[in-house]
Order: sequence, then C-alpha cells, then structure tokens
Amino acid sequence: MADDLERRFERTVQSEARIEPRDWMPDGYRKTLIRQIAQHAHSEIIGMQPEGNWISRAPSLRRKAILLAKVQDEAGHGLYLYSATETLGADREDLTLKLIEGRQKYSSIFNYPTLTFADVGVIGWLVDGAAICNQVPLCRTSYGPYARAMIRICKEESFHQRQGYELLMTMMRGTQQQRDMVQDSVNRWWWPSLMMFGPPDAESTNTEQSMAWRIKRDTNDELRQKFVNMSMPQAEALGVTFPDPELRWNDERGEYDFGQPDWDEFWQVVKGGGVCNEQRIAHRRKAHEDGAWVREAAVAHAAKHARKEGAA
Amino acid sequence: MSTSWPLWEVFVRGKRGLNHVHVGSLHAPDAEMALRNARDVYTRRNEGVSIWVVPATEITASSPDEKDPFFAPAGDKVYRHPTFYVIPEDVPHL
Ligand SMILES: [Fe+2]
Ligand SMILES: [Fe+2]
Repeated sequence: MADDLERRFERTVQSEARIEPRDWMPDGYRKTLIRQIAQHAHSEIIGMQPEGNWISRAPSLRRKAILLAKVQDEAGHGLYLYSATETLGADREDLTLKLIEGRQKYSSIFNYPTLTFADVGVIGWLVDGAAICNQVPLCRTSYGPYARAMIRICKEESFHQRQGYELLMTMMRGTQQQRDMVQDSVNRWWWPSLMMFGPPDAESTNTEQSMAWRIKRDTNDELRQKFVNMSMPQAEALGVTFPDPELRWNDERGEYDFGQPDWDEFWQVVKGGGVCNEQRIAHRRKAHEDGAWVREAAVAHAAKHARKEGAA
Repeated sequence: MSTSWPLWEVFVRGKRGLNHVHVGSLHAPDAEMALRNARDVYTRRNEGVSIWVVPATEITASSPDEKDPFFAPAGDKVYRHPTFYVIPEDVPHL
C-alpha cells in the first residue's frame, strides 16, 4: 500500500502535475517544503525593514507612496507563503516563534544596512531582480499551493523592480553627487545580490533531492549566471559598473564570465555575524510582542459578539 | 486560552460573470475582520469584485485517496458531454 502511494506520488511529480494538500507525500518532501516556504515567508517579512527604514524620509510624496505600496506588497508575499505552509500542517504561531527565536533562517541579504536613499532603488533593481530570477521557475514547482503563491508574487515583483530602476534613472540624471551615491550603492549591493542564489552547486547540500522532487527547478549557479546576464545590459543603460574585475562577455560561451562572491562573508552573515542580524530579529520580536494586546482584544471582542448573537 | 486567530479560506470573484475562486487563507478573529484582511491581502490590485470567507474547519472535502470511486458516477456517463453526439457538419448553430 505504502509503495503504491509512493509510486503515485512519483508519477504525479514526473508528469509535471501538481501535488495538492490532501495528497499523500513522503515525510521528507513535506519537511523540505515547510522549511523552504517558511524561510521564504520570513524573508519577505524581514525584507520590509531595510526599505521601511526610508519611508518617513522619502524625498517626495510620490516616492513615499510607491515605497509604502512596495513594502505592503512584501507583507502580502509573506502572508501568501505562510498560508501555503499551513496547507502542509505547519502552525503560523509556531513559525513566527521559530523566526524570532532564531531557529529558522531568512535571506541574508536583509542583514545589510540601507545607508542612503539610492539603496531603495538598488534593492528594487538588484535584490528584487535576483528574487525574480529565483522565483519565476518556482511558479512551476511541484507543490500546488507554493506554485500558486509564487505566481501571485511574481506578478507583483515586476512593479518592485521597475520602480527601483526608474528611481535610479532619475538619480543618474541629477547631480554628480547623486550619481556617485548610486554607484556607491551598487558597489555595496552587487556581491550580496549574487549571494542570494545560495552557495555554489558543489557545496549546496539540498539541491539534488529538491530537483528530483521538482521543488527546485534550476541550480544555484544556473540562476546566478542568468541574473548576471540579465543585469549587465541594464547597468550599461543606467551608466553604472559592477565591482567585479573579472566581469566580461565570453563570446565562446555566449554568457558573461564573473568572479565569485566572498563565501566566507556569506557564511558569516548566515550564522548571525552580519551588520543587522540582531537588529532585524529584535525589531520583529518587538512588533510581535507589542501586538499581543491587539490579538487578545480582538479575540475577546469576537467571543463577546458570538455570545450576544447566541443569546439573541 | 490561545490567542491565535482561527484560519479562514478566502474565495474571490474576479469579475462579474465568474465564479468565486479559492485564492488562499488567512487568520482573523471573526468573519468581518477576515473580510477586511482578505481585501488587503488578496485584492490590492482590483483582483476581485466580491469576496467570500469561510472558516477552514467548516469545509468538507473529498479525499484524493477515494478519488476513483468518488468520481466514478461521472466517469461512465460520457453522454453528459456534447461531443457524445454526432451531428452532421452542415447543421448550423449546434
Ligand atoms: Fe517579495
Ligand atoms: Fe519585492
């Protein structure tokens, strides 16, 4: 019987059909998905902070409205994804605790600080750009609710990337000081953006099984290469350079060659040693704890109304 | 008592003339807040003209394991589909 279920699961995955919540699935598949989707959800939620830092100081009402909408979208992305984990039997409260107790990770990119307003533009262009590269293939991931969440998210991400790029174009048309600010920001965010695709394939422990289960559709290195190929012409059009002396077109491969990020730095930030790790978690924890009375009051209010309706 | 809010399933009618379609879920203390939250989470870009929220515990679903017998009554009734009937090609509007 168990073999039967396993065969049916394998066949469904192989045929590019989706696995749905009430289907039988191997324990490892369920665990891997909960871990990956939760980590993804946490990244969206923590990802609100670096940009949220600039909402009150946006240079115009237009930029403020755009930035607010973008940050609100990221909250929405987090919620779509938490909702997907719950179809696998995860508990929302439990996931929140795992995040604020440091037992589950989020993308390391958000442990870097946003020092100038140009960072808002560069995050939209490069960080959301890298996220799009990662996420577009996930629209075909084998677990239905995850794939559907990714489709919604990808639709919204293109606004994120375009508003960032447009912001940078505006700054590049400004003063020399503004242009320098953009270049400085690109210099700081380029390498962390490349790290968003995860460690090189040779060191990536989860890739093989996840590819077989069709949770992951492309390897880290494939996606990183794609991102570099896409970003180069955009940088040229903008008039900025990436801080990589090895970056050049390779005619033979028909792709760009590029250098490797500092993987020691990557692991250091993953393990908690980034500039903002503590601040990000402390902020999330405070928001959760400060909101406790609201959650309690809402439950009390709902219970009171349910009683009244019952009595009437 | 736990203060975690119950789970609601959200269905959105994309536009007039279409059915409500399941889009995901969310937590809310009551139906009214569930509707408001659903508007903010699932229809930030005019994705819907009407929203239903249903407590997740109130949904009864068929199980995929019983799929074959459960859907069998429909499986052998091909005559329910219009393509079952052969109509000469020169008969219009059929
Ligand atoms: Fe996002
Ligand atoms: Fe985004």
